Amino acid sequence: MTAPSPTQPPVAVSDDDHARQARWTPLKIAIWVAIALLGGVAWVMLALVRGETVNAIWFVFAAVCTYLIGYRFYSKVIERYITRPDDRRATPAEVRSDGKDYVPTDRRVLYGHHFAAIAGAGPLVGPVLAAQMGYLPGTIWIIVGVVLAGAVQDYTVLFFSMRRGGRTIGQMARQELGRIGGTAAIIASLLIMLIIVAILALVVVNALGESPWGVFSVAMTIPIALFMGVYLRYLRPGKVTEVSLIGFVLLMFAIIGGGWVAGTEWGQAIFHLDRTTIAVGIIIYGFVAAVLPVWLLLAPRDYLSTFMKIGVIVMLAGAIVLVRPEISVPAVTIFGENGLGPVFAGPLFPFLFVTIACGALSGFHALIASGTTPKLVEKERQTRFIGYGGMLMESFVAIMALVAAISIDQGIYFAMNAPAAATGGTVEGAVAFVNSLGLTGSPLTADMLTGTAAAVGEESIVSRTGGAPTLALGLAHIMQQALGGQALMAFWYHFAIMFEALFILTAVDAGTRVARFMLQDSIGAWFPKFRDVSWRPGVWICTAIMVAGWGTILILGVTDPLGGINTFFPLFGIANQLLAAIALAVVMAIVAKRGPSYVKWLWIVALPLAFTAVVTVTASLYKIFSPVPAIGYWANHVKYRTALESGDDTLGTPEVIGAVIRNTAVQGTLSIIFVTLAIVVIVTAVVVTIRAIRAGGGEETEDEAVPSRRFAPAGFLPTAAERALEKEWEPILADERRETARRGH
Amino acid sequence: MTAMHNSARIDARAAEAADSGRSGPDLAELCRRAARAVARGAARTARGIRWYMSGLMGDDAYAVYVAHQRRTHPGAEPLTERQFWRQKMDDQDRNPGARCC
Repeated sequence: MTAPSPTQPPVAVSDDDHARQARWTPLKIAIWVAIALLGGVAWVMLALVRGETVNAIWFVFAAVCTYLIGYRFYSKVIERYITRPDDRRATPAEVRSDGKDYVPTDRRVLYGHHFAAIAGAGPLVGPVLAAQMGYLPGTIWIIVGVVLAGAVQDYTVLFFSMRRGGRTIGQMARQELGRIGGTAAIIASLLIMLIIVAILALVVVNALGESPWGVFSVAMTIPIALFMGVYLRYLRPGKVTEVSLIGFVLLMFAIIGGGWVAGTEWGQAIFHLDRTTIAVGIIIYGFVAAVLPVWLLLAPRDYLSTFMKIGVIVMLAGAIVLVRPEISVPAVTIFGENGLGPVFAGPLFPFLFVTIACGALSGFHALIASGTTPKLVEKERQTRFIGYGGMLMESFVAIMALVAAISIDQGIYFAMNAPAAATGGTVEGAVAFVNSLGLTGSPLTADMLTGTAAAVGEESIVSRTGGAPTLALGLAHIMQQALGGQALMAFWYHFAIMFEALFILTAVDAGTRVARFMLQDSIGAWFPKFRDVSWRPGVWICTAIMVAGWGTILILGVTDPLGGINTFFPLFGIANQLLAAIALAVVMAIVAKRGPSYVKWLWIVALPLAFTAVVTVTASLYKIFSPVPAIGYWANHVKYRTALESGDDTLGTPEVIGAVIRNTAVQGTLSIIFVTLAIVVIVTAVVVTIRAIRAGGGEETEDEAVPSRRFAPAGFLPTAAERALEKEWEPILADERRETARRGH
Repeated sequence: MTAMHNSARIDARAAEAADSGRSGPDLAELCRRAARAVARGAARTARGIRWYMSGLMGDDAYAVYVAHQRRTHPGAEPLTERQFWRQKMDDQDRNPGARCC
């Protein structure tokens, strides 16, 4: 690395200034003591004080104070000992700057960008389902998990991908772990993508089944997106915020219009659809959306969903702080203790940790943190703010989803989330079932269920599994207290259903495209023509294969006699956490290869890796080997098979029994494949790591260091030294800005 | 963003000048000044939000591209805005980006 030109101001804050900045002043100490005390009090209120109710504001304080401490202290440890960024080095955005894919982007803008890419429906669904165990286990895992695991993964993957020109996690796996480990990692990510798309689609189907209002307003997102696409392409190219605002207004009309349509006879006739029909619709939609050009459907809906995401999260956080609902759900329910809850079965360890993936530790983020974001980072030190800080924000979204879910009555929660197999799908059945659960608090009545359904404009809220309807009800419950009162309850409910569906449909479309792309690349190894992405037959064939893959799982889930979400959701969590294990394994190998001075700190990566490996492998083994039919896929398989052979019809008709036999076989097989692939990757990574430690380091796979010629602060707010440097750079930046402004308008 | 900083600095200077002015300006004058300061603050916030949203949503992508072209290839004529967005979308077709769950 040569020195930067002498006429230029420095491109990094000097070590002396860093040391000065790090010095503790009485004011700083006082602030951090106050944050620690407030956080401590909040945790005591949540975990130890056992009153009738607990106020939701303590969740906010516990989360925010822990995040601040984790960000200020733990992420700096990672920065100092694991990543060791150097602002004198240019980032790929600077070196390969092309004005399009590689663009040095303002850190605050990139933070929003990265957050919008990582946060979707995942953090909104898992915590809702996990609420059956009580609020405390989920809260601890979401907050502690993100600080020690999730944010560590996102930050390190982002940093190491940035040092490699934005290489994807699959490419890094191949490079660091060799052929076998790399291939296993790529197959695993492909399968995981299919599972994730299928389960997310299942969540949407469950939210829209027998709901003409929901079907109408979600269906309207398609013409709205098409209109936005055409507007951007032909009328006003590049006016993204403008068209998103127009789209947002149309969306609001679609929600209001849905209420009116659902009240008419023709509306009921057209939009009252059963779940299988909706599933088929989504499969057809998924195929068409993935082969249509990006500009027509995917890009505009993506803009709309980014716009909604930021808006809804700010709104929900404001409403929770304003309304401060009282929570009457116990800290730990009986299902947290016995692991036999109706929402999902299995003991707290490991199943809590696979049910809540996004928000605490989400392997899928490794695909985002490698690839797009690293190509836009302006300065190396900013990766801590963007990677670690971005994940903290997603965790906060998960906490808000949890608060929304537990702010509704416990009886209603279980009536909504118990599978139809338990409630019979009727109000009477649900009341009888929920009151037999032995919950604390007043018993559930039929009036509560019919009254709530009427208030949100639905026929019934019994067995609306999948998490989305529960979250929507919780959100509507909180929002109507802040804005609009009871009269707006139905609007807020359908508003929430709509934005979850919006995120999920974008994920379905984008996931299918990425999976198809990966398949084309893999088939291309034998038939090079498939690598040509403009060759339409190749695109159609590969899209069809991928849609058939997730579509099959979706249909199995929708028609599952045992419920669908409760049997399939563990696979989603296991898949996501296995991807995290793979990503962390790759990071561990990279860190070990950096040299002996890193070995002492390798535990920072090894700790979350070991945890997620143990969780997912244990969960998989439960799912494969548990003799309890409610937990083990194969145990259930054998139970139903025996029933079929002995002609026993107490478990259902032969069709029902056949469906369970088929579904459990698919689920059991997928569990075996996932756990095998993950073990291959982890073992390979451990071998590579030990070899690197013995050899005192390993092969260098980073891009060559190029001296940087620009400066920008590292965190959200610039430090004093950074402000001084910014001032020196101001004349140079002003020139650039003038140029941009002159050309832009 | 730095444009925002600039105007913030100018505003601060104006406010200072106003404060250190003659002693005892009348009430109406004070109100006018306060109203102006509030309006300036609101305008600054609006500019900040606008700057942030256009960066986040990607409105400024074309401006960024043109500035880059001007700097690196001063002789060449950059794509028009329409061409640029078409190419950007085509690139996304060829190389899809993931969206998370």
